[in-house]
Amino acid sequence: MSAINQIVSTSISSSTSTFLGHNNLKNIKPSSVAIPGKINGVVKCVASPSAEKTAYKTKVSRNENLAKLQAGYLFPEIARRRAAHMLKYPDAQVISLGIGDTTEPIPEVITSAMSKRSYALSTVDGYSGYGAEQGEKALFVYLSSQQLRAAIASTYYADLGIEEDDIFVSDGAKSDISRLQVLFGSNVTMAVQDPSYPAYVDSSVILGQTGQFQKDVEKYGNIEYMRCTPENGFFPDLSTVRRTDIIFFCSPNNPTGYAASREQLTRLVQFAKENGSIIVYDSAYAMYVSDDSPRSIFEIPGAKEVALEVSSFSKYAGFTGVRLGWTAIPKDLLYSDGFPLAKDFNRIVCTCFNGASNIAQAGGLACVSAEGIKAMHEVVGFYKENTAIIVDTFESLGFKVYGGKNAPYVWVHFPGRSSWDVFSEILEKTHVVTTPGSGFGPGGEGFVRVSAFGHGENVLEACRRFKQLYK
Amino acid sequence: MERLQYNYLFPEISAREAQHVKKYPNAKVISLGIGDTTEPLPDVVALSMANYAHGLATPTGYRGYGAEQGSKDTEVFVSDGAQCDISRLQLLFGSNMSIAVQDPIFPAYIDSSVIIGQTGDVETESGRYQNIEYMKCGPQNSFFPDLSKTARTDIIFFCSPNNPTGHAASWEQLEQVVRFAQENGSIIVYDSAYAVYITDGSPRSIYEIPGAKKVAIEVSSFSKIAGFTGVRLGWTVVPKELMYSNGFPVINDFNRIVCTCFNGASRIAQAGGLASLSKEGFKAVISLVDYYKENAEILLETFKSLGLRAYGGVNAPYLWVHFPGSNSWDVFNEILEKTHIITVPGSGFGPAGKEFIRVTAFGHRENILEASDRLTTLLK
Repeated sequence: MSAINQIVSTSISSSTSTFLGHNNLKNIKPSSVAIPGKINGVVKCVASPSAEKTAYKTKVSRNENLAKLQAGYLFPEIARRRAAHMLKYPDAQVISLGIGDTTEPIPEVITSAMSKRSYALSTVDGYSGYGAEQGEKALFVYLSSQQLRAAIASTYYADLGIEEDDIFVSDGAKSDISRLQVLFGSNVTMAVQDPSYPAYVDSSVILGQTGQFQKDVEKYGNIEYMRCTPENGFFPDLSTVRRTDIIFFCSPNNPTGYAASREQLTRLVQFAKENGSIIVYDSAYAMYVSDDSPRSIFEIPGAKEVALEVSSFSKYAGFTGVRLGWTAIPKDLLYSDGFPLAKDFNRIVCTCFNGASNIAQAGGLACVSAEGIKAMHEVVGFYKENTAIIVDTFESLGFKVYGGKNAPYVWVHFPGRSSWDVFSEILEKTHVVTTPGSGFGPGGEGFVRVSAFGHGENVLEACRRFKQLYK
Repeated sequence: MERLQYNYLFPEISAREAQHVKKYPNAKVISLGIGDTTEPLPDVVALSMANYAHGLATPTGYRGYGAEQGSKDTEVFVSDGAQCDISRLQLLFGSNMSIAVQDPIFPAYIDSSVIIGQTGDVETESGRYQNIEYMKCGPQNSFFPDLSKTARTDIIFFCSPNNPTGHAASWEQLEQVVRFAQENGSIIVYDSAYAVYITDGSPRSIYEIPGAKKVAIEVSSFSKIAGFTGVRLGWTVVPKELMYSNGFPVINDFNRIVCTCFNGASRIAQAGGLASLSKEGFKAVISLVDYYKENAEILLETFKSLGLRAYGGVNAPYLWVHFPGSNSWDVFNEILEKTHIITVPGSGFGPAGKEFIRVTAFGHRENILEASDRLTTLLK
């Protein structure tokens, strides 16, 4: 089977914010491609036509939910484009400010804890297997160290009424989001910010909560998109939002960088309460908050009855490859029949998961030690410096720049332009990878997300190149 | 979620253990229940992970996100373990699928099927969920289902060597399964987590059977190979030629699931996995497997000497002991109460497990010997 990668120069109309990922390949017949000239993007052939005709097929129907997805997940597509670009320009120094991947080494206080734990696994006393928690309350199986849960609760939720047994340690927020979707099932409606981190929408489609993708509006049927734009200060007008069962809310926001205020979150909690909805609050960037915006939804009175919170060590400790996060589910969060959500989530976790790596958990424990927290703040501080440099650069070039204050993302406005076009232009002309805003939803069209994760010198160099391009 | 009848089996066993410990604080409880490895990792494996972790503190050694699949463009998807992969496969398949499972079986296939919405309610009398095809495996059919009596389903979960019965299907038997799948246009999800325990030359991978690549997905794990139950590492193979009825490659959709619902196994675990597959590492890891296999032999001997029919224990770290005419929870309780040994009642694995007890061979040697003594005293 041959895989052909073709990179062709860009000319995609701005009405198509989706790209041709290899998932769509089966649907492409040359005669039906309406775009004049060349096809944009990386086209990967999976099988030659003649082999297909005679090849054995099972009688198992493809899950139609997967067929609803328009293209590949956003970030692998960015990675593909980057790889293709590097092939095209083997001598170029490509700088990645696209995928929000941490670049700086993990503080030693944390890695030495993980090293120690690794060594310990080769000793009789230090070895441990499944993380099943023993004890009287063992019908709640946490698959994680009690110490770690207690430390997370006291570090992030002290005085907020979230306790150690409300914490479910995981291998990261992305996995948790899908486990939450499995928990909710297919018969729920959801609302998301627009733009938003693609995992919420994509997992919703996969679970069968949505209708088909509507190309004219670039939205999936049955999802309530809560537009967040400069016009509304990146907080949705809740008076125009329909009731849904679940509301995904990410603050500080990926990709816009906006951190909702206490007043705004109070209104959100109120909205959820009135509608009997559940907020899934993604606080993965909470440690980047610079002003007095809330860091946890549980700072808002009443939130414990309407919200659960997902978070991650990825962007605090550089754990993107180590894999550790958590979800906090208050005891007061109940289904309409009074059944506690946490109990069902526990069942999901027992059945569909087997715990975060014990080595990662040891690292997590070090992260929330006094020394570890200090170290994480330094890491976060470093990326915040990068963010400031990027914000400065675009502002000095006359762009309208958003975010960048409470999050490691800078949301740059290119009014009237297709974000994929801008992405391609920046990549082609400066060899800097960014992320096109429309990848995060139709509300992201006309914007480009620049992430601040990078070595200091690369960020400076990237900014120099931006200045060259847009002077 | 409401359809699920009980808690997941293994936390339930944990809870019983906890209650027992509370009741008998001075008893030395020996756990031959949850199949959890007990022996420390080989030095070379632990060292590789320690070094990798150290490296993460350095500019040259630091790594961020890895490919969600472990590495791109292969049929092998590295994961954080088989239990997680099974649920990701269920997400892939969706709710409009029919499944067949062996009975008895590792509970995750059924439970995840219920959660995803593939099943109806449980029939209280039989203990079976509607819409699941249960393929009975017992002494009467040598623990291999009668496929001529099995209805067509979209998906066939098949675990070999089997948890809990320990039976490893022969080449001929697996050929039958593959042919059955081909005739029915079904997809086999083959769980080979215990393949490395095979002693008698039975197939270790479904792909040893010609034609399997067109009908089967294979799931496996480092848990019982390398003692990685806490470290978390496994893999799933989706052959490129496995296709849905409309010709769409299953691998494309599984890749999409993995990219959207997962973010890769911990890189530290992956470093350990790599070390466990090195020449030195694999040798060390296999000697641990042999250690557990010797435990199984000891336990088999014990049960045989007591005149009990103990199946398995030869190609898997599980013994499946028959107590004819009994209720397995009663036997479980009696063994626990009188010998302070935790086992797993067979009915936890399905209705066909009713008269059986699963005994794992994972444990420190001295505990296995001690347990054998206590069982001998009780059951003589």
